[in-house]
Amino acid sequence: MKITGAQVIIECLKEQGVDTVFGYPGGTILPFYDAMIDSSLRHILTVHEQGAAHAADGYARASGRVGVCIATSGPGATNLITGLAAAFMDSIPVVAITGQVPTSMIGRDTFQEIDITGMTMAITKHNFIVKDVTKLAETIRYAFRIARSGRPGPVLVDIPRDVQTGQVDFEPAKSIEKYSWAVGQEVLKRISSAVQAIEGAKKPVIIVGGGAITAKADKEILTLAEKLQAPVVSTLMGLGAFKASHPLFLGLTGMHGLKVANNAVWEADVLIAVGSRFGDRLTGDREKYIEDKTVIHIDIDPAEIDKNVAAHIGLTGDLKIIVELLNQQLSQKTPDAWWAMIRKWQQEERGDSEGDALSPQWIFRHIAEQTKGKDYIFVTDVGQHQMWAAQYLSLETPRSWITSGGLGAMGFGLPAALGAQFAMPDKKVIHVAGDGGFKMTGAELYTIAVNKLPIVSLIINNNGLGMIRQLQHVFFDKHYTSCTLPDMNFVTFAAAFGVHAVSVGSPEEFAKEFKRALFSNQPEVIVLNISNEELVTPMANPGGAINAYIDM
Amino acid sequence: MKHVLSILVHNQPGVLVRVAGMFSRRGFNIHSLAVGTTYDTECSRITVVVCGDDGILDQVIKQLEKLVEVVAIQILPQDSAVRRGMAMIKISAGDKRGEVLKLADVFRASVVDVSEHTVTFEITGDEDKINAFAEVLAPYGIMELVRTGLVGLARGDNTIHQYERRNFHEQIVL
Ligand SMILES: Cc1ncc(C[n+]2csc(CCOP(=O)(O)OP(=O)(O)O)c2C)c(N)n1
Repeated sequence: MKITGAQVIIECLKEQGVDTVFGYPGGTILPFYDAMIDSSLRHILTVHEQGAAHAADGYARASGRVGVCIATSGPGATNLITGLAAAFMDSIPVVAITGQVPTSMIGRDTFQEIDITGMTMAITKHNFIVKDVTKLAETIRYAFRIARSGRPGPVLVDIPRDVQTGQVDFEPAKSIEKYSWAVGQEVLKRISSAVQAIEGAKKPVIIVGGGAITAKADKEILTLAEKLQAPVVSTLMGLGAFKASHPLFLGLTGMHGLKVANNAVWEADVLIAVGSRFGDRLTGDREKYIEDKTVIHIDIDPAEIDKNVAAHIGLTGDLKIIVELLNQQLSQKTPDAWWAMIRKWQQEERGDSEGDALSPQWIFRHIAEQTKGKDYIFVTDVGQHQMWAAQYLSLETPRSWITSGGLGAMGFGLPAALGAQFAMPDKKVIHVAGDGGFKMTGAELYTIAVNKLPIVSLIINNNGLGMIRQLQHVFFDKHYTSCTLPDMNFVTFAAAFGVHAVSVGSPEEFAKEFKRALFSNQPEVIVLNISNEELVTPMANPGGAINAYIDM
Repeated sequence: MKHVLSILVHNQPGVLVRVAGMFSRRGFNIHSLAVGTTYDTECSRITVVVCGDDGILDQVIKQLEKLVEVVAIQILPQDSAVRRGMAMIKISAGDKRGEVLKLADVFRASVVDVSEHTVTFEITGDEDKINAFAEVLAPYGIMELVRTGLVGLARGDNTIHQYERRNFHEQIVL
């Protein structure tokens, strides 16, 4: 039986287990929208295509499934770009479907024609333009396979309007292929040299990155850490892969990492990195970072080995399998002198950062206490609040922490939070943003309100672009410019969407409102008014040694 | 250091942009690039000469392997591969025509066009040979020069098809 291209798209999405898509209509994608009316797919209309892309991304990060976003050609497609870039930088599986002008009109600067495959080549894992309806089904299936396999990433499929209206015989997919990964001889050999290096370590440290979450390797990493009695530190993307409350966990490492975590990495003689790409915000000076230590780098992407830092032992493949193989060969250790050193750093640091009033430290420690042991998903925007959240929240489970790490895209938080809530209707989503970033995509409160999503949005309002002010404080001799944001009434802004909001200025008020909001079953916004002079500490000099802290 | 890489790719629209884009995006330097069809209508073969140390070569290969259309990559080292480029050089011959033709003979360059004031040579060979020929012609006045990127094949039984790792690729990277 013949069906239209638009129906093929829908059938293929259903085959892949897609139930929800985020999108925005327009002329060249209308045949698909028309076909969607009669389908079981749930379409979430966002306010802006950027919102749709971030929402699909948040959906994927929260659930591990592929997020799907839809846009029309031209401006619809270009509006997806920041969202796709954010997913690309953090290796998140997203499939974007864009309408395109009819094939006969391509190349003529037709109304709303943009070469979106050309534009997104650098920010997608792969992309396609489908000019023949008979190739549509296989292309969409291939797009999903590429998006979710190996090191995941976004894939864009551009579909001209006439391909959506064309008729074709459709054959359902036989089955969704699964790939399993066998450990090659080469890797096995290197695993035994890794075991040797680890057995000889006096000061081992394990770094967990985002790959640990993608690979579902959290249990294996826990076993590894407990076997070695080794301290575990986390990259920004890895938070949640290792229980924050575990005594072996030291916390965030990197430019704004906790001193104890950075010091441990600095002092380590064997560094075991699981699913981290050694990004510059993690390592600072790449050469100093690995001085006097053996680096064991485990990653699924062979290109990551030796890209940023030269690993002594590179192990490529499925992290879960590789770490399990290590575990099988490693012997049980007992805590030793290494821990005396670490505990001392830990003591010193506790003294450093006691908060008072409505300080960031107090806020995030309070949130951590109130949410401990429960199934929350935290979604942040980008800036100081993001770093405070990463430092002080207690993230216990994989996929409970959603943040734009690689791209650092302001405006990511709110739409990603709504995507996460659609993916995980039974979990409470807590969104944290700065007053700057909230304004970028704050209109997605509309989508949240329309869909009655019980998300708690915390706006850390320092009347400014805090992180910019901090950079100007440190690197531009306190010449502050373009970082002060005159007051805006977020409560009435939220009210315009019919969203309940309150503004607080003291710990007592916040504690009360936060408690209430956690049990609310409607969207909630809490504006936390803090001083504009707060700084994120510690701060290691970007490009310097990770234990060379800037005095502020 | 220059390395010659042979890349077998699926003939898909945009594949050349994808390969070239990867080089520019990651700051790898392409010295030359040659693209052409093969006897298999599904595949094209790209030969690139990249500049960089062994670490860069390693990254170039790994990043190429991540491209969906890349089927195989082979390094063509000087000592175990035949590597050739072609150049055409037009000079204003004037009264030194005889001298120039003799030089061309030494280099086994052939004359492909002659006019009242010009001679155009075609020369095939490795980079050094073409450079040397251009150097000796320079004093006579080179009007224009065009050259292809290098192409090459490994010597003996070795072929690029030994490096096809579709399966590996799909499991690990895709
Ligand atoms: C889209 C985008 N534009 C600019 C930046 C640069 N930037 C990084 S943090 C920041 C300030 C963020 O301010 P705010 O949202 O108020 O958060 P705060 O730092 O105050 O917590 C800016 C402008 C960015 N990361 N993303």
